[in-house]
Amino acid sequence: MPEARASAELTNRVGLHARPSVKLTQIAKRFSARIEIATSLDGPWTDAKSPVKIMRIKAVRGEILHVKAFGADAASAVAAVVDLVQRNFDEE
Amino acid sequence: MASKPNVGVVIVSHSSKVAEGTADMVRQMVGDAVPLAAVGGNPDGGLGTHMTLVLAALQKAWSEAGVVILVDLGGAETNSEMAIEMMAPERRDRIVICNAPLVEGAVMAATESSGGSPLEVVRHAAEELMAGR
Repeated sequence: MPEARASAELTNRVGLHARPSVKLTQIAKRFSARIEIATSLDGPWTDAKSPVKIMRIKAVRGEILHVKAFGADAASAVAAVVDLVQRNFDEE
Repeated sequence: MASKPNVGVVIVSHSSKVAEGTADMVRQMVGDAVPLAAVGGNPDGGLGTHMTLVLAALQKAWSEAGVVILVDLGGAETNSEMAIEMMAPERRDRIVICNAPLVEGAVMAATESSGGSPLEVVRHAAEELMAGR
């Protein structure tokens, strides 16, 4: 099964707050791949399609978000999530 | 994906302000891809809930994928249950009341729905809020 990984620094002001979390999960749900997020490569890894779980990460500005995905569209899924983070969730 | 309808979200509060404010948060955070209706207060403009208002909200937010209802206090749930009973029989099975906090539950349910998830998954997203605490 294809697998992809990437990382991006959270540079938006509020970090993984409510609205950015909602946007991230909405993007993640467009892909069939299993997508997981962590603030450390050692985990814990969190399901990127669950807004409740993503908000509980409480990641703040300056933290590194690690993204990994498994599935046919893993590469484009990881690219889309990283792109969203690098665009500051289109909020700034 | 556009051919598949998203699960509707109905917000039932004792206060019209709470209901409207919650709907505002859902629209701003999630967008307009989810059928949404919010009701609060009684027909006289006071605090309370009323079955016919809930019924109208259910019809407004109706989706073939089903509808989840988020309620605040006791009467909101009772009136929602009665409103469900007033819906057409073939629709009743596709309407569920979530055991979740009103505001957060509405946002989580709508987020899940906006991704095209089925009714039970949308309900679970709202109820997951309670499970993890």
